[in-house]
Amino acid sequence: MSGFLEVIDTYWLYFLVGQYPNGPLGGLALTVLLASCALVMAMPLGIVLAFARISPWRAVRWPVSILVFVVRGTPLLMVVFWAYFFLPSVTGVKTSQFWTMLIALVIFDAAYLAEIIRAGIQGMPKGQMECARSLGFGYFRAMRLVILPQAVRHMLPSLVNQFISTIKETSLGYIIGLAEVSFITSQINTQVMVYPAQVYLVLGLTYLVLCFGLSRFAYWLEKRRGKRRAAPAVGKEAI
Amino acid sequence: MIEIEKVNKWYGDYHALVDVTETVARGEVVVVCGPSGSGKSTLIRTLNRLEPIQSGHIRVNGQDIHAKNIDLNAFRSGIGFVFQQFNLFPHLTALENCTLAPMHLRGLSAKVAQEKALALLDRVGLADKASAMPESLSGGQQQRVAIARALAMEPPLMLFDEPTSSLDPEMVGEVLLVMRDMAKEDMTMVCVTHEMGFAREVADRILFMDAGKILERATPDDFFNRPAHPRAAKFLADIRTPFAKAI
Repeated sequence: MSGFLEVIDTYWLYFLVGQYPNGPLGGLALTVLLASCALVMAMPLGIVLAFARISPWRAVRWPVSILVFVVRGTPLLMVVFWAYFFLPSVTGVKTSQFWTMLIALVIFDAAYLAEIIRAGIQGMPKGQMECARSLGFGYFRAMRLVILPQAVRHMLPSLVNQFISTIKETSLGYIIGLAEVSFITSQINTQVMVYPAQVYLVLGLTYLVLCFGLSRFAYWLEKRRGKRRAAPAVGKEAI
Repeated sequence: MIEIEKVNKWYGDYHALVDVTETVARGEVVVVCGPSGSGKSTLIRTLNRLEPIQSGHIRVNGQDIHAKNIDLNAFRSGIGFVFQQFNLFPHLTALENCTLAPMHLRGLSAKVAQEKALALLDRVGLADKASAMPESLSGGQQQRVAIARALAMEPPLMLFDEPTSSLDPEMVGEVLLVMRDMAKEDMTMVCVTHEMGFAREVADRILFMDAGKILERATPDDFFNRPAHPRAAKFLADIRTPFAKAI
């Protein structure tokens, strides 16, 4: 076991940041960066796609519906390959592995998020939108002020699921040689040779901590919102 | 204030409103009654364009509400609409329900909007529930908050779509009382309701509808004591003695 501690002692920095600062950023830092960027970019795109999916205009609804069906009907690995091989030949721009992976993740996750958000919006009672409109709110203001704040509460578990998937999906960057934490770990394993179980156990635990942390955070968020709802009625003095 | 002219509406093949023509004067309180499916809810929902119509014209304050250039949101903000299901926004407190529209649509500061909303909640007898969430309120209280929320936009016209139909019987009175007080204050009101006691006491005029048509227009006195249309007479007889009818 002391041999494995030596391995940790030798490689921990490589595991965390890759070759940085003497080379490109990699390892766990790159995984977290990639996942965060993917989430931050996929969420707004997902919202836009969701609105397109429920748009009354066919010209908006159909292309997005097709995109969603195609993405849902293919594994992420396919999307990664498309982004890696197909996209540069269409756009003429050779993107780095990081951007390739990010594009694939954003498209893939946005399609899934769009479905979660669409279901959340359509699951709201019809009267809420009607009532907001009858007060004089326009469609998008009614969405922002009345529908989405309520719908998000219902969507939260599914959204968190998707966010957790995103973190795990970054590991597919391995296949296009992106130096994220799985790739780095396999390299460490190749160099060390004798502790494959332990090395990959550390990798597994790392993902577990990331995902568990995120789900606890979401749980905390849910609780906090719930508390406000259950706040006791105190009346005039409270204002 | 409202002019309805030859309005027709279909749901698919179903002719929900048949050549409906009617006028409501400023300050008037009109109660619309009739059996289920007679088109009364549909009619009141067409008045702020919650339901589209297939033909005819509706003018509010002289403005054709289906005109191309109408600012629909501004138009709707001048009409209070009270729903059968209250439709309070469950993620907001009673007070926030009443301040949301004035703050975002009228540009009121939070402080001014809150003061006004509090005064309205006081008027419907719920000042002590200002910070309560809707789910913690009874049906009658929720509906009174919904009325306060509609009043917060200071609409000259209020529409009520069966405001007491989903309430427990013991809570109907508190809502009707609020509505009666509004009627006394020169508000123009159109109410779809089955509360005949309310209609008798508060209405200036009663419209009786069946099968998408207004069959009778009368003062409460005439309507209840001398209904002209046989369908209206039967309706009144049935609601007066529902049990006798059943056996």
